[in-house]
Amino acid sequence: MGKIQLTKVRKSFGEVDVIPGIDLTIEDGEFVVFVGPSGCGKSTLLRLIAGLEDTTSGVIDIDGKDATNLPPAKRGLAMVFQSYALYPHMTVRKNIAFPLKMAGMDQAEQDKRVARAASVLNLSSYLDRRPGQLSGGQRQRVAIGRAIVREPAAFLFDEPLSNLDAALRVGMRQEISELHQTLKTTMVYVTHDQVEAMTMADKIVVLNAGRIEQVGSPLTLYHEPRNKFVAGFIGSPRMNFIDGAEAAKHGAHTIGIRPEHITVGDGPWEGVVGLSEHLGSDSFIKVEVPGLGTLNVRGPGELGVHHGDRVKLAPAGKIHRFDAEGLAI
Amino acid sequence: MSTHSTRLAARFMVAPSVLVLFIWMIVPLAMTAYFSFRLYRLLSPDRTGWVGFNNYVWFFNSPDFWLALTNTLLLVGGVLVITVVLGILIALLIDQPVKGQGVLRILVIAPFFVMPPVAASIWENLFMHPQNGLFAALARGLGGQPILFLEQHPLPSVIGIVAWEWLPFATLIFVTALQSLSSEQLEAAEMDGAGALSRFRYIILPHMTRAVTVVILIQTIFLLGIFGEIFTTTQGGPGSASTTLPYMIFKQAIVAKDIGRAAAGGIIAVILANIVAYFLMRGIGRHLDA
Ligand SMILES: Nc1ncnc2c1ncn2[C@@H]1O[C@H](COP(=O)(O)OP(=O)(O)OP(=O)(O)O)[C@@H](O)[C@H]1O
Ligand SMILES: [Mg+2]
Repeated sequence: MGKIQLTKVRKSFGEVDVIPGIDLTIEDGEFVVFVGPSGCGKSTLLRLIAGLEDTTSGVIDIDGKDATNLPPAKRGLAMVFQSYALYPHMTVRKNIAFPLKMAGMDQAEQDKRVARAASVLNLSSYLDRRPGQLSGGQRQRVAIGRAIVREPAAFLFDEPLSNLDAALRVGMRQEISELHQTLKTTMVYVTHDQVEAMTMADKIVVLNAGRIEQVGSPLTLYHEPRNKFVAGFIGSPRMNFIDGAEAAKHGAHTIGIRPEHITVGDGPWEGVVGLSEHLGSDSFIKVEVPGLGTLNVRGPGELGVHHGDRVKLAPAGKIHRFDAEGLAI
Repeated sequence: MSTHSTRLAARFMVAPSVLVLFIWMIVPLAMTAYFSFRLYRLLSPDRTGWVGFNNYVWFFNSPDFWLALTNTLLLVGGVLVITVVLGILIALLIDQPVKGQGVLRILVIAPFFVMPPVAASIWENLFMHPQNGLFAALARGLGGQPILFLEQHPLPSVIGIVAWEWLPFATLIFVTALQSLSSEQLEAAEMDGAGALSRFRYIILPHMTRAVTVVILIQTIFLLGIFGEIFTTTQGGPGSASTTLPYMIFKQAIVAKDIGRAAAGGIIAVILANIVAYFLMRGIGRHLDA
């Protein structure tokens, strides 16, 4: 069981209100991802849940019990750190068994659990090595192993993949998703990589300056962003925002169009191509349109458009409308 | 990166300094060895001639010698135990975030800058003195008799003084070691259910083994030669109760003016230092490898 409920949780470091007040419910078994720009308080929020930071005010309930003042060890949560935080002088086996040893579990049960975790994570042949003798991906797996042996109520991940190279990141991302499907334990995952957020999450929490901008499933956030911030943050390349006369035509202060919702060929807008990136599967081009500004356009891979070409563009998909405060209409 | 030619070049480059260091070491050692087999008394006219192992035999037959040897080892061992244990405790304390941390650290390392004879005089006259000392005042205040530190407990007193001088060094090394421990490791241990004692036992202490090794090795080198503190306070006495090997050599060379015997004592001290170094490296030297 791992339902986590935050009520008016506030955190300030001295004068600075890092988290001015958050209400959030994480259901049992859910995979929740916190995303947001750097410094918005994702790690702080996670550490508040873990108990590594004290709340300034507010209540944190875990499984319906008030855990606000419980020490980290008593909350039944396990955390995987960005730096892995393995114990360098212990073997992989001892690292994974450490929480069990601290819980005073008998040796036979410890061995059984370590063996099971090692086989789930493909670590069985590395059990007698030290962390220093492992690759980044293997260390990451040891850190996860140390978390799963305790059978916690929920897992907390703080940017666990950011130290890995791109290929490994994709692999580990899938492994963590599979782990979630197998264990069905609540997972709270912090990242600023929106691909991770979109692919792994049941529910995404978009944070900005310590406030929740929107909570919802990945596709809800993509299709129905509540405001300009979420619209700009979710989706890559970024959504185009257009102000002024063009927006007024749609009865809005600002309109937003995703790059994939603009077609090249014929249309009302005309401009000169600035940057063009051809990835094979897709083409990303930036078009300077007089009166509208620079538009990001995502076209098919075989789009034969290059720097300096004149192209015509047409909106072909949902146009998001925002009022003067940036809220979606 | 170390190809054959770079290794060869490296050997050429270090050769001159190795040679200089070797001469630097071997000349005094050879001269000491030479004098240790000679009759060489400054106070008597007969200062020539070989005497074989007589100088050494005199040392081994002297009842003071074995006492001095034991005292030397007790001094080194006692100071090491006190500085390592207290050093770790103080390092843990001053690593905590408190107001005035900078001033606190300067205060803690201050004793290291006090010269040995000055430190010894301070302790002798301001703390341990049976009439004017702070300890005597305390003892009288509590209704007891002042302890005659230097008369009745000469060696423990010297150990205390030397430990006071070396504690800052150990603390300093331990603080830097503590600061290099990642806080995430401690937080991970905390999440894993380790209490403060377990965190110390399983995370902090293993992290500090290398620092402890360095402190033990460096201090041993210096402590084997401790002289000034003894000279200032007990003069090796009462009797020979606080005489160490270096102090015994000093008595032969400067008081008895017997250079031959002093040289023999010097060679014995060198051999002792090497034996100690051998056991230290075998025991804890492996912690120095990464
Ligand atoms: N111990 C602290 N003392 C003072 N301010 C802090 C402390 N820890 C974090 N902050 C501040 O709180 C804010 C949020 O920090 P946090 O680490 O939660 O950001 P983040 O969203 O995890 O960013 P990133 O994506 O870069 O990891 C930052 O502005 C940071 O400067
Ligand atoms: Mg962070």
